[in-house]
This record gives sequence, C-alpha cells and structure tokens, in this order.
Amino acid sequence: MKFKILAVITFLLLSYALYQGMWAAPREATMGDIQRIFYYHVPSAWTSFLCFFANFIASVVYLARRNLKADAFAVSTAEVGVVFCTVVLVTGPLWARPVWGIWWTWDARLTTTLVLWLIYVSYLMLRRYSTGQATPTLAAALAIFGFLDVPIVYMSIRWWRTQHPQPVIAGGQGSGLDPHMWTAVLWNWAAFMAFAALLIWVRYRLEIVRQQLDEAHALKAVGQAEGSFTR
Amino acid sequence: MSSLAAVTASNLRKDLRLEWRSKDAVNAMLFFALLVVVIFSFAFDPTAEESRQIVGGLVWVAFLFAAIVALNQAWMRELRNQVLDAYRVSPAPANALFMGKALGNFLFISVVEALLMPLFVVFYNLRPVGPAWQLVPVFLLGTWALVVVGTFFAAISLRTRSREVMLPLILFPISIPALLAMVEATTMILTGTETPRFWMTLLLVYDVIFTTVCLLLFETVLHAE
Repeated sequence: MKFKILAVITFLLLSYALYQGMWAAPREATMGDIQRIFYYHVPSAWTSFLCFFANFIASVVYLARRNLKADAFAVSTAEVGVVFCTVVLVTGPLWARPVWGIWWTWDARLTTTLVLWLIYVSYLMLRRYSTGQATPTLAAALAIFGFLDVPIVYMSIRWWRTQHPQPVIAGGQGSGLDPHMWTAVLWNWAAFMAFAALLIWVRYRLEIVRQQLDEAHALKAVGQAEGSFTR
Repeated sequence: MSSLAAVTASNLRKDLRLEWRSKDAVNAMLFFALLVVVIFSFAFDPTAEESRQIVGGLVWVAFLFAAIVALNQAWMRELRNQVLDAYRVSPAPANALFMGKALGNFLFISVVEALLMPLFVVFYNLRPVGPAWQLVPVFLLGTWALVVVGTFFAAISLRTRSREVMLPLILFPISIPALLAMVEATTMILTGTETPRFWMTLLLVYDVIFTTVCLLLFETVLHAE
C-alpha cells in the first residue's frame, strides 16, 4: 500500500516537474530552449551522488552489524546511482554539443563524474562475479575504497584541468539562477528523488527475495546432505 | 606490536625466498614490461622531444600492466596447500600477512622498475630536463600506491569467478588519481616545466589514506566467508 502511495506521488511529481521544466521556467537568454536539459541533468547528478552516499553508509553499516538488509540496500542504491549517473553522462554531451560546440571535454567535473561512474560500475561488476557468502563483505570493502577515492579524484582532476565553466549556482558574483529556474530545478529534483526512492524500493525487495531464495537453497542442500548421511 | 613486526618479517622473508628460488613474478613482469616498451615505441615512434612528453604515461602504463601480472600471482601461492585457510585459523595477526605481502610485491615491482628504466632511456632517447633525482620519490610513492591497493584488491578478486580478469577491473578505477599523479609528476620532471610538488603531495595523501584503510579492512576481507 505504502508502495502504491509512493508510486502515485512519484507520478504526480514527475508530471508537475515536467510542466515546470518545459513550460513554467523562463527561456534562457543565450542558450534558448536547449538549456532546459539542465532540469534533468543537474537533479540527476544530485540524486546519483546521494545514492552513492547512501551506498557508502549502507556498506559501513553492513560491515559493522553484518545485517543483510544493509547489504540489500547497498546494492539497490549503487545500481540506481549508476543509472542516474548514466543519465548525467548522456544528457551532459547532448547539452554540451550545441552550447560548447563539443561533445566532451576532460574538465574537472565531467571527468570526476566519469570516474565516479567507473568506480561504481566496477563495484557492480565485483558483485556480479563474486560468488558465495563473502560477496557482501568484499563489496562493502570496495564501496568504502570507492567513496574515499572520490574527493582525491576531484582534487587531482581539478588540479589537472581547471578551465571549465564556473559553478553556475553558487559561483560568486554574476552567477545565480532566475527564481523560476530554481523552482523548476527543485521540483525536478524532488521528482527524481521520489523516482529514485521508488526504484530503490523495488530493487531492495527483489534483493531481499533473492537472499531468502539463496538461503532456502542452502538449507535444502544441507538437508539433503544430512539425509544422505543418516541413510 | 613486536609480534606484528615479527610475523610481517617472517611473511616477507618467506615471499622473498620463494621468489628468489622461482623468480616467477619478476621474470614475468620483466618480459611483459619489455614487450610493452617495444610495442609502444612501434606505435608512437617518437622523437626525443616528443618522448619526453609521452614517456611519463608509457612508463606507468607498462608498470601498471606488469604489476597486475605479479599481483594476480601473489595470493595464488597461498591457495596451494590451503596456506590461506591455515592462516585464517592461526592466531597470527591478519595485517602482518597483508604487510608482508604488500612489502614483497613492492620490492619485486621496484626491482623491475629499476631494471627497466634504463631500457626506456635507451629506446626513447630520454634526457630529462628537470632534476632527475626527484624521480626516485615519485617512483617510490607511486609504486606503493599501486601495490598497497593492488595487494588488497587481489585478495578480494581471489574470491571471485575469473579472478585474473577481476583485479584490473576493480583496481584501475580506484587508482585513477594515483596514476594521474604519477604520470603528471614524471612528465613534469622529464620536461622540467614545473615542480611536481602538488602531485607528490597527492600521492603521499593517497598512500596514507589507502594504507590505513587496507590495514583497517584486511582482517574483515581475509575472514569473509
């Protein structure tokens, strides 16, 4: 029931955010309508970063408490985080091509996001290839490495390439958004967060079922082994 | 503490003795890196000036690939005759095993680097413009950065299907900032354009952070069932 309520809320939020981004927000002066991709690009980025942060917390909790629910939460947030990060990496070039004239540039924030994506894809690969009971522990260890790596990546790439667009939202004088644009961004962010929560919920339930199934298989195998032993 | 140091030393001695008798890791790395050096010089065919610009990248790519060869073998030895299982049930500190292994790998890879650097100088007509002695701290810090995380991740990839493939897949993304720092610092020293102080600090920070994390988490990973 709660799930259906969240689904309805998500649907309503996404619809209203679409209206906000496509119609209510003013047209940008120099970029024109292409700038509206901003309402998808930036909220996706914030959502994916929050997912990765949640993954880190869940991994630490798993290592401290050995609670399989924390592990299920860690998988779900990492997968959904990678999905939203992919959205960022796809919408970015789509926006950059008409505005900057290039699809991609190796600047600090683009590169950091790409490395972030690589790190969490490698996390998912490890989970995919790892077998047996050790998977949650190994994955949690890797998640901690990955999360601690992000600030180092950011520092290094910032030093390496510092020529790119200044932060628009809080970048000092002359930066800043039209209040209507702010409204559109925040509505879209709320909608994307609700959508991410919905996806994480579905994935989490799936993972819990998978864990129960694994456990049942293991118990059955043990039962058969014991049966053949006594016979 | 003394027992930690003592067990680390005996682990290291054992690895060094095994390597001294077989020379498996060092030989494989040497030949592999040599092949990379030759293939790269076919691929780029640089002039002396160009080679100063690109060798920083080539050197580290060659050593990174060579290190993967050694790191993959490092824990395999412990699987034979269930040495790792024996270690798990013994009261010896897990970190001693890790440090012994990491120091061993560090020595092997450093030896390979020391032997191959002259080859890079010969094949690429290298003449560093900046102060060449600075390459020593860069190589020490950079090699430790690769080895400490690499040894830890090799212990992780040991538990997966297709182990040998898994190690680079998890090691490379995490190592990107360290690799960037090594390449940039080496290039700066070779071309003598800027001082590599920032990159050396970054490598040091990377080393300190990840050595700490490895030591904190290794026992957990070793005992993961």
